Amino acid sequence: MFKSLKLRGAITLIVCLGCLYFLIPTFFSNIPSPWDKYMFKEKIHLGLDLQGGMHLVLEIDTDKALDAMVERLSNDLKESLMDSKVRFRNLEKMQPAKISMELAGADEEKGLENVLREHYPDLEIESASPREDGKFVTLRINDKRAAELKKLTVEHSLETIRNRVDQFGISEPEIIPEGDDRILVQLPGIKDPERAKNLIGKTALLEFKLVDDENSLDEALRGNIPEGDVIAYGLRADQSTGVRGSSPYLLKDKSLMTGASLETAKVQIADRFGDVTVGLKFNSQGAVDFERITGENIRKRLAIVLDGVVHSAPVIQERISGGQAQITGNFTMEEARDLAIVLRAGALPAPVNILEERTVGPSLGSDSIRQGVMATMIGSLLVILFLIIYYRLSGAIADVALITNIFLVLAILAAFRATLTLPGIAGLLLTVGVAVDANILIFERIREELRTGKTIRIALDTGYNRAFITIIDTHITGIVAAAFLIMFGTGPIKGFAVTTIIGLLASLFTAVFVTRVIFDYITTNFNIKKLSI
Amino acid sequence: MQLIKPGINLDFVGKIKYAITFSVILIIVSIGSVIYHGGLNPGIDFAGGSVIQVKFSKNISADQIRGALKSTRLQNSTIQQFGTNEFLIRTSESFSDQTVLAANVEQPLAAAFSKDFEIRRVEVVGSKVGADFKRKAVIAVVLSWIAMLIYVGFRFEFRYGVGGIVALVHDVIITIGAVSIMNMEFTISILAALVFLIGFSINDTIVTLDRIRENVKLNPKRQLRETINLSINQTLSRTVLTSLTVFLTVLALYLFGGAVIRDFAFALLVGVVIGTYSSIYIACTIVLMFENLQISKMKRTP
Repeated sequence: MFKSLKLRGAITLIVCLGCLYFLIPTFFSNIPSPWDKYMFKEKIHLGLDLQGGMHLVLEIDTDKALDAMVERLSNDLKESLMDSKVRFRNLEKMQPAKISMELAGADEEKGLENVLREHYPDLEIESASPREDGKFVTLRINDKRAAELKKLTVEHSLETIRNRVDQFGISEPEIIPEGDDRILVQLPGIKDPERAKNLIGKTALLEFKLVDDENSLDEALRGNIPEGDVIAYGLRADQSTGVRGSSPYLLKDKSLMTGASLETAKVQIADRFGDVTVGLKFNSQGAVDFERITGENIRKRLAIVLDGVVHSAPVIQERISGGQAQITGNFTMEEARDLAIVLRAGALPAPVNILEERTVGPSLGSDSIRQGVMATMIGSLLVILFLIIYYRLSGAIADVALITNIFLVLAILAAFRATLTLPGIAGLLLTVGVAVDANILIFERIREELRTGKTIRIALDTGYNRAFITIIDTHITGIVAAAFLIMFGTGPIKGFAVTTIIGLLASLFTAVFVTRVIFDYITTNFNIKKLSI
Repeated sequence: MQLIKPGINLDFVGKIKYAITFSVILIIVSIGSVIYHGGLNPGIDFAGGSVIQVKFSKNISADQIRGALKSTRLQNSTIQQFGTNEFLIRTSESFSDQTVLAANVEQPLAAAFSKDFEIRRVEVVGSKVGADFKRKAVIAVVLSWIAMLIYVGFRFEFRYGVGGIVALVHDVIITIGAVSIMNMEFTISILAALVFLIGFSINDTIVTLDRIRENVKLNPKRQLRETINLSINQTLSRTVLTSLTVFLTVLALYLFGGAVIRDFAFALLVGVVIGTYSSIYIACTIVLMFENLQISKMKRTP
């Protein structure tokens, strides 16, 4: 490829210096000023299995978001149909995400179609079957819009979770979408997994709803829930014992306001007893709405509902202007802080399910590093010794290539900010074993050529040339196999695949190119009669 | 130094009958073990469930832990020693709720052993993800087989590709068999080991096939049977040496890499040995069988 030995030597040298450049921060943490300015900044990024942390795969329940949208549409549609004088009855939302209704006469279908065309481009008639006195119609959201909504829901969730994690203050979190409706969250060094999960997985839908004091709660609990009402439960802590129990409320289902009207939320110490509350500040439209709502409902109770749980239901004493409110509820400082974060970051547009969770403690991580490094050192040392004993000088040359290979892989990992995992360390060690194969192929071939009485130069030439194609073959198969492991997504196994691929590519360079440079250097500069191989 | 003397001429092809018998026995034992154990023993990666790794600061037995977890939801979990004073508690239930986990593991353990333990790892995989991984695992293995078949078929000849792939299937079955006999869990790491082995084991086959092709070119008149035997002998030194170095590194991994990676290293240990054997015997046998069946003539040009 490159005939000039000087050029090839220079390339080798540059690559080695490059390795050094990218690896300095990994091996030396304190670089004195002013040198630190010119240095590469990043250490090799360690996977969660090595540094400890939490790996979560979340699934966004996009069907729920679709369902919620249909629910809203069905309420709006009722009013629109009444406005347009279309006669219908029993309009209700069905599962999953459909609306059903009965139209009073055959002509009414035209009216419905007109209303849909004008105001509800997202809805389409799924089926219409005649009944004795009219028609039974089902509506659904058209596919294009539904797909769009799902995509938006995932994007919005991703954004919200990012916001929350950022505010929580975790260094180097990784939050990336995976597949259609999944989100991968990696939180290195997390100490309290429960808290983190609550923070990420909480829907945090804040709603203000009126308490229905006109109807009997007991009656409702017996199953006779008045139209337009729901039963919700509240956490109520017994002041004396601190035990939390739940108490039921009968609420008007319609939510008057939601957390979307919030400008910010923060932790407040409410009184001299040190009770912690979360203070809410509405945005300008929210403040206007809140003033109107409180004004219209004086003497009624307004429930503050978070994810379906009533946190408090104070009586509205007067019209509240200024756009401020409070959530009380016996929070610990930590709970209040996390609640403020999720409220600031906004509600998730749909509930999330945790599909996969892996938490590794920092002590296990450091054990794994220690053992991984130990195994790599011992394994490499065994191979290095073996090569020297078996091939003498040539073995030593291969050893140089081998060591270069290890550092080259690490440098590439650092340079591309790829992640080193425990299986990744195993992959590195395995590539050591496989990289040696290239040199063994070459050396065995050279020995054969020497036995047929060829000169050192010619034996080297033939050995390298003959073995080269085979080496390419063996490397390609290895890389292809490893590539199939990448589809298992982020995590230790991907780390293994990536390290193995990089290792094999690096070994093409070190085991073939670098060793040849050294051989050529020796044979040109020293008058060697017999090759030590 | 030389382990294998140059000019060595062992009669590999003559021993094919024994090799086939040997392989068939291994395969029967492997499949038998899997059937005997009621299928593979899938880890939580594939089956869904939870694994909790706990380290104690003093000497404790698995039975003591089992006693502590009695009357919790973990009472039917398997408890396995995992290094010194360290245990894996495994259950098919997916604990995605931390409070449930605390109530069923942390508190009962704290009640029994006070504070002398540390929960070092918690892994929870839902059944949905497990099913996903299962599907992907099968795809990964089959695709790597097919990729190798195509690559070898393209570089050499179709029958060589078939020889290579039969050897790979052979290796995978026997490695899985070994994992099953040891009653190890079939985890995603084991799968990674299998796929790596597929990429590694085909190497020996390629090297040998390459030499066969070269020798055919040098001396087209020689019988294929002899050419194959000669080629195996010529590449024997390399095959043994490479396998030896890879074996050394995997052994280091097995002995010093820690408990987390031991199963992975075990599968590799078995696979490297079987892979070396199969590329000599199985792959070449298949090529010979094709010749005997007169399906195709050896290409005279590369």
